[in-house]
Amino acid sequence: MHELSVCIALMQQVERIAQEHDAGRVERIVLQVGPLSGVEAPLLEHAWPLAAAGTLAEAAELVIENAAVKVECTQCGAVSEVAPNRLLCASCGDFRTRLVSGDEMLLASLELSQMNSQPVQQQCV
Amino acid sequence: MCDTCGCNITPGNEHLVRGDGRLVKTDEGREAVTVLQSLLSENDHQAAHNRTHFDRHGVLAVNLMSSPGAGKTALLEATIEALGAAYRIAVIEGDLETENDAERIRARGVEAIQIATGSACHLDAHMVHTALHQLDLDPVDILFIENVGNLVCPASFDLGQHRNITLLSVPEGDDKPAKYPVMFRAADLVLLTKTDLLPYLTDFRPERAERYLRELASESPMLSLSSSSGESMEDWLTWLRSEVAAQRERIRQGATLRPAIQPDGIRLHSDASAGHAHTHGHQHAHGVAHAPGGEG
Ligand SMILES: Nc1nc2c(ncn2[C@@H]2O[C@H](COP(=O)(O)OP(=O)(O)OP(=O)(O)O)[C@@H](O)[C@H]2O)c(=O)[nH]1
Ligand SMILES: [Mg+2]
Ligand SMILES: [Zn+2]
Ligand SMILES: [Zn+2]
Ligand SMILES: [Zn+2]
Ligand SMILES: [Zn+2]
Repeated sequence: MHELSVCIALMQQVERIAQEHDAGRVERIVLQVGPLSGVEAPLLEHAWPLAAAGTLAEAAELVIENAAVKVECTQCGAVSEVAPNRLLCASCGDFRTRLVSGDEMLLASLELSQMNSQPVQQQCV
Repeated sequence: MCDTCGCNITPGNEHLVRGDGRLVKTDEGREAVTVLQSLLSENDHQAAHNRTHFDRHGVLAVNLMSSPGAGKTALLEATIEALGAAYRIAVIEGDLETENDAERIRARGVEAIQIATGSACHLDAHMVHTALHQLDLDPVDILFIENVGNLVCPASFDLGQHRNITLLSVPEGDDKPAKYPVMFRAADLVLLTKTDLLPYLTDFRPERAERYLRELASESPMLSLSSSSGESMEDWLTWLRSEVAAQRERIRQGATLRPAIQPDGIRLHSDASAGHAHTHGHQHAHGVAHAPGGEG
């Protein structure tokens, strides 16, 4: 589905950050992808080589951390780990809960290796 | 974009990006960089820009999502029929191949821009931006964006709309919210469509569909209607009228609204989004003027 377009967007993000840090290679890419993000980790892994081919992240290790689905109950305050399609409070059963994790779709971090020994720019994220 | 404005830094992750936490040398002499950006941050920025367009022009933007054939275009036809005299409506149609849906809308005397998505199974904010610059938004009250028929990925892409509507048609079965939680969680309103078929599809229980929706921790309303028979259209039209009024009130107060579910990128932006300007590398070389403050 849309995992290839997500990978292409990710690739652009990664290349920009690598350039900002004068990196020659991207060694490791860590994502956080929750079950309620709408993105499937296995499909991302599958699409990734297509997006990374011929780039400085071609040989990078793609690590996908899968966050658990957790809700906080707005009625009793309990925090429970739940199934993605049953976001009910495990303590009191109420449906009025707030998702505290499980929908993230983030580029968490990168590991870069330098081609030269220039100091790294610090101001950009 | 945000790489220069730092608007994705929140109190919760600030320690990672300030001072020594910013860059860490690993054992292998690599450099570890903490990023914490949404994978769709590029899309989210474009969406915020689209939303600014809509607000400046006083437009309520509504995104319609559903599986293929759930009745999105039929709902638009019936809505134009009912409200076309009271409100000025425009439609952006996303479709893999044809112009069919746009032509159905134009046949009702309403302007429709067709986005041919090619192989893409969803609309993104960039496609909508291109389309909205083909429209004169000034005379528009309600802009409907009919997304590609697909219960999966359209939910992940913010287009700049104010409201998300997910349609569930009776022939699809009442368990769809349980099977597609991401899509149904994104809905500000769930519309049960094709209710004229309920007498034939007797194992569809509207109350069960609603229970599955509530199990997603959604408090969004669920309304039923049939675009074919016209039954129960009034609840939907009332919802829409109140949304137009609410949007006008927000514009008066200089406020805006995002759909109920905010993807991470937006959440990470929420504190900073009012305080910084972005240049997104496009010129507004089109028929619509964008003089700051000169529109409404
Ligand atoms: N019985 C009945 N049929 C309907 C109703 N609404 C739509 N249909 C039929 O369902 C079919 C699909 O309707 P569309 O409005 O084209 O559905 P859509 O969601 O726009 O479809 P895509 O854009 O292709 O995803 C058509 O044959 C419609 O006539 C309804 O309320 N009742
Ligand atoms: Mg249609
Ligand atoms: Zn898609
Ligand atoms: Zn509880
Ligand atoms: Zn920003
Ligand atoms: Zn623009």
